[in-house]
Amino acid sequence: MRAPGRVEALRAFVLKEMRHILRDRQTLTILLLLPLAQVVLFGFAIRTDVNDIRLAVVTPAPDDATRALRARFEGNGRFRVVAEAPSAEALEPVFRRGGADVALVLPRGLASDLAAGVPVQLQLITDASNPNTGTTMQAYADAVVTAWRADLAADAARAAGPGAPRPVTLAVDARMRFNPTLESVNLFVPGLIALVLTLVSALMTAISLSREKERGTLEILLVSPLRPWQIILGKVAPYLLLAFANVVTALVAAWAVFAVPFRGSLVLLLAASTLYSLVGLALGVLLAALTTSQRAAMMAAMLVTMLPTTLLSGMIFPIASLPLPLQLVSNVIPGRWFIVIVRGIMLKGAGLAHLWQELAVLGVMLVVLLAAAIRAFKPRLA
Amino acid sequence: MRALKYLLRKEFLQIFRDPALVRMLFVIPVVQLLVLSNAATFEVKVARLYVVDQDRTTLSRGVIDRLVASGRFVRGGGSASVALGDDALMRRDVDLMVVLPAGLERDVVRERRGHVQVQLNAEDGAAAGVTLGYLREILARHAADLTVELAPATALAASRAERPPVRGQPAVEVRRRGWYNAELDYRHYMVPGILVQLLTIVGTLLTAMNIVREKEAGTLDQLNVTPVTRPVFIAAKLLPLWIIALVVLGVGLAVGRLAFGVPIEGSILLIYLGAAIYLVAALGIGLWVSAVTETQQQAMFVNFSVLMIYLLMSGLFTPVSAMPEWAQWIARANPMMHFISLMRGVMLRGAGLADVARELAVLTVSSALVLTVAVRQYHKTAE
Repeated sequence: MRAPGRVEALRAFVLKEMRHILRDRQTLTILLLLPLAQVVLFGFAIRTDVNDIRLAVVTPAPDDATRALRARFEGNGRFRVVAEAPSAEALEPVFRRGGADVALVLPRGLASDLAAGVPVQLQLITDASNPNTGTTMQAYADAVVTAWRADLAADAARAAGPGAPRPVTLAVDARMRFNPTLESVNLFVPGLIALVLTLVSALMTAISLSREKERGTLEILLVSPLRPWQIILGKVAPYLLLAFANVVTALVAAWAVFAVPFRGSLVLLLAASTLYSLVGLALGVLLAALTTSQRAAMMAAMLVTMLPTTLLSGMIFPIASLPLPLQLVSNVIPGRWFIVIVRGIMLKGAGLAHLWQELAVLGVMLVVLLAAAIRAFKPRLA
Repeated sequence: MRALKYLLRKEFLQIFRDPALVRMLFVIPVVQLLVLSNAATFEVKVARLYVVDQDRTTLSRGVIDRLVASGRFVRGGGSASVALGDDALMRRDVDLMVVLPAGLERDVVRERRGHVQVQLNAEDGAAAGVTLGYLREILARHAADLTVELAPATALAASRAERPPVRGQPAVEVRRRGWYNAELDYRHYMVPGILVQLLTIVGTLLTAMNIVREKEAGTLDQLNVTPVTRPVFIAAKLLPLWIIALVVLGVGLAVGRLAFGVPIEGSILLIYLGAAIYLVAALGIGLWVSAVTETQQQAMFVNFSVLMIYLLMSGLFTPVSAMPEWAQWIARANPMMHFISLMRGVMLRGAGLADVARELAVLTVSSALVLTVAVRQYHKTAE
């Protein structure tokens, strides 16, 4: 570094790399536009909630009570009655071809039994071949039946006249903090930003470095007066800028198209994004150093980033739902921490005081990955 | 067809010469299957609870004990201050805060109605909804018990009403059953889907990279000037990966069976028939990507984006029925969605040829379509 030529060489090298990327208009356009298109597409398309539940009702003998219960399901807004059958046997073929999601099986003589105080039994059958939606659909159906039961109890109490014991209610006033409507897009955009950043930083760096390796141009660079870390820096700097541009466009899309709330500090968010991009870049360098071809580097990058960042980061499935060993694994996935930071800043308005731990974890990851990357890179000098 | 034979030999040699690649082809999908199949659930086992008990009575303590006794909640802290609880929510130390306001016991005894405030951290969305569901259910059961507990006292207080105590709530019992996956084991559901994802990633990616690599290296030009015809060239590029992907599928099915006990209720031949057709579409997309891009970097980026659409629009992780109408159409055009549905049908429900005829038809059509477009896009001439 003391030699005056070094700094200039580095500058020239960084400029060369920049020009390299800027000149390739096609790649540049893809890199800038595709992530934006994805944020918009997925922001609109992905919902984790279940809205249109197809209900089959089994009533051997329709009466007032069965009609009332059916009307409750229809009035709920989430359910749509698609079939009515006299017996449960008819359900099997309907479920088999995926024609209904939930079936409500009502007994014969429901109204008269209720009036007489005879215990009755209802059945809720859910197509649980998808357990995630199955659980949710069952919960919604349960809620309708519970409300119906509570009203029956109230009616019974009223009919019994004053002085009769009334049932106790514990009313739950629930507030969903930070995302009152459970809007999927609010939760999804931070995850998408994490995915896009990983894509641009880790994958692109891995590919671009291993390309030079494959072509043998890296050898030329290595015999130049540039140090390994300078070569890495030069390779990485343009992608850092690109990643930054992607964050900004994704945020603008989130704000302008989806009206995702933005409660915290923009500066903190941009700083955290830069830190996260750096982690991705270091990972990319490490992968390129460890593999021998572009193909292998890319497969490795794809497999260590794409599915884990989708599944183990809390982007779609909450971390708390993971089995314990996977919760431990999720700790080494940078996206897991970054998503907490982005959601914290955007949805909760959290500041440095709340998020310093997550930022520190990313910082440590950066140092470790960088050290590993530079170490893995060096032997190639020979 | 001698040319095809030689080209195939060359392709296989090139793949198996790269030990890192072979390792990745077989080891990583297995590891991913093992790890990721465990990940895809919204089920919340234990939620951490912050208790703000301003009532400090037997009844308010009873409510909390009931919640904790359910095993769904653990106490993650408590004080008399809502502000402190708020801070704990903000720091993610707890998942929800329950506020039992002063006078709760009095209200329940006198009015038969008490209010409990609950604030959930909805940052994780789905998880908060599920947690709230559990909480409501537990409190409803507690309220029913309280009704019975308090009944004699009320009957007395209500100036010795002559009626027998509590004929109470109408006796309605709800039985819940989940069909096709009675234990709600999400892994059975996820394994077929994740298997499809891995097949697609391996197939699409390697096809695209394979051809673009030859473009970059300049060897494609050399091939182009040989008398090898376009169909032979494309067949030589696709067949090896098609075969490898089918082998990977077999390995994946075995792992799913051994590690997770995922059943294969239906015919394994049917699964292979579906896979053989579906892979043509998956590899065709790789071929198309390699035709429209010039460098491996571009190919990879385009591929990655295509795969993200595949992944997120397939209904594997999020229900298709919740998407807006136009997005559902995109999802329906996604061959992966149909193949996943076929795999699940055959593996979990024991669906036969007749049950999955529609999926097979859609897969055949989309494979033919994708392959035609890809082959047309690919020119034997240099630009």
